Amino acid sequence: MTLTDQQREEIRAAANTVRQDSVRMTNAATCGHPGGPMGMADFMSTLFLAHLNLDADNRHDPERDRFILGNGHTCAGLYSLLAQKGLFSRESLLEFRKFGSPLQGHPHRNLDLGIDMSTGSLGNGLSVGVGMALAAKQNGWGTRVYVASSDGESQEGQIWEAATAAAHYGLANLTVMVDFNNIQIDGVMREVMDVLDLREKYAAFGWHAVDVDGHDVDAIDAALCSAKEETTRPSAIICHTTIGKGVSFMEDKAAWHGVAPNDEQAREALAELGA
Amino acid sequence: MLQTMARELAPLHQGDPIKAATREAYGKALLELGEEMPDLCVLDADLSGSTKTKAFGQAYPERFFNCGVAEANMMGIAAGLASMGKTVFASSFAMFATGKAWEQVRQSIAVPEFNVKVAATHAGLTVGEDGKSHQMLEDITLMRVIPGMRVLVPADAVEARLAVRAAAEADGPFYVRLSRASTPVVFGEDYKFEIGKGAVVRDGHDIAIVACGIEVGMALAAAEELAQGGIEARVIAMASVKPIDADLITEAAQDCGCVMTAEEHQVMGGLGSAVAEVLATRAPVPMAFCGMNNEFGQSGDAWDLVSHYGLDGPGLAASARKLIESKKS
Repeated sequence: MTLTDQQREEIRAAANTVRQDSVRMTNAATCGHPGGPMGMADFMSTLFLAHLNLDADNRHDPERDRFILGNGHTCAGLYSLLAQKGLFSRESLLEFRKFGSPLQGHPHRNLDLGIDMSTGSLGNGLSVGVGMALAAKQNGWGTRVYVASSDGESQEGQIWEAATAAAHYGLANLTVMVDFNNIQIDGVMREVMDVLDLREKYAAFGWHAVDVDGHDVDAIDAALCSAKEETTRPSAIICHTTIGKGVSFMEDKAAWHGVAPNDEQAREALAELGA
Repeated sequence: MLQTMARELAPLHQGDPIKAATREAYGKALLELGEEMPDLCVLDADLSGSTKTKAFGQAYPERFFNCGVAEANMMGIAAGLASMGKTVFASSFAMFATGKAWEQVRQSIAVPEFNVKVAATHAGLTVGEDGKSHQMLEDITLMRVIPGMRVLVPADAVEARLAVRAAAEADGPFYVRLSRASTPVVFGEDYKFEIGKGAVVRDGHDIAIVACGIEVGMALAAAEELAQGGIEARVIAMASVKPIDADLITEAAQDCGCVMTAEEHQVMGGLGSAVAEVLATRAPVPMAFCGMNNEFGQSGDAWDLVSHYGLDGPGLAASARKLIESKKS
């Protein structure tokens, strides 16, 4: 299966909206993490539009697909995609991180909104994905479980406990998408604590593992399709991305991991993004 | 002192002393529940022979997952299974289940309010020879402070079986604290356990001793010794450390005028703290706290250790006499 021209355009448009929303939401909140979701926008949009079986009508179907945002601090992008898919209003996006909003600073499980798991503490998400995939397999459901993770998160030991277990249990219904941007909050990942070659690591742990250009939606789609072909192994898609993608002054800068753009920066960023 | 009401005591075991470990009762309870609850899953972290989950694994291999020596991951897997509608028991030694994996229990189980029961064995001093690395004396504190987490510390095999069943049947997260050592069976088979309720296992009006786990048996021994000196102690088994039976504790304080707690655990943050939190606002009385005082344990025979730290019958009786003296002065 390859993407149709229309699908490709829809995914690219959705990704651009994710980038704009990440700027708008963190600007409105005056805090948050804009850079990560902008870098993840292409692979997240490919997943949410072309693969993840979750929409406004099936949100309470126990057999639908599941998504866990292991790197929960990038949730502006998740919220943008859930709103784009009609799980809640786009107006509510600007309530992100504010008192009383269900769009918490890090995701809190809320099935009405399509948020499958509470995350925020790095390293915890993949283990939960293993449990979800085990349950789906045990129940004989066609449910696929997707977990987003990151290069920085791969410094957590629990990731490798989960990777060991997922291969041991033969969870072909589990896919992890790793945002590999070489940036973490304290600086360049290779300098802070180099996780080396994550494709090789996942492969050594018994996974089907591939590297992709995390901004090439066709390559991402092909990798997600190849994951579905697996029958005994979980799949890892290492998505090589640029943090802050799409805005010249934000790209590849650790400073944009966890700082919100001010009003002027937001205006400039949105102009670059064609808003 | 006036007796405020006629009290119905919890039925006690009669006859020759029977000894059993609460972990054995846990293993048997899982087998019963496995048959009744098709969605029940059990996880272990390479200690299934010791935690007694192995029998469940043999009876229901498709619902048993040995997660290897990786407790943090096990708690995440438990959360994932529960998110899909399973009722999950996750077991290891108390040290690792609540110590090594505390953050995963908080973040992945308690925050989303999942139906996971952390059932941990080998709690407290009575691990014995393994020493301080395995003698978990901080777990009640660690679990009690997590919002929504209920904490059950059964006194004997009878209460353990009932507590495990109660946790399985109630929705949401639980911590069930179990022991390695065989202990005297305190309760009769017709005992009814209820979450949030304590049980008066001996009546008296000179002092109330509130205990949990193996210390209930020790408190009964202390009460026997005190009675020989004319002191009548009320002994309350408080397996439900959270939610705690505030009414029963308050009434005991009002009737007896002083309250002592006993637990195989640090004094800071455990059962004693939970009792004090109730009494400080509802019925302040002189209190004493028997437990570990800001120190780790050591290797040795389990019951020698209990005695060494003043947590056997004579040790508790001595502490009780001191408390009663302070009440008079």
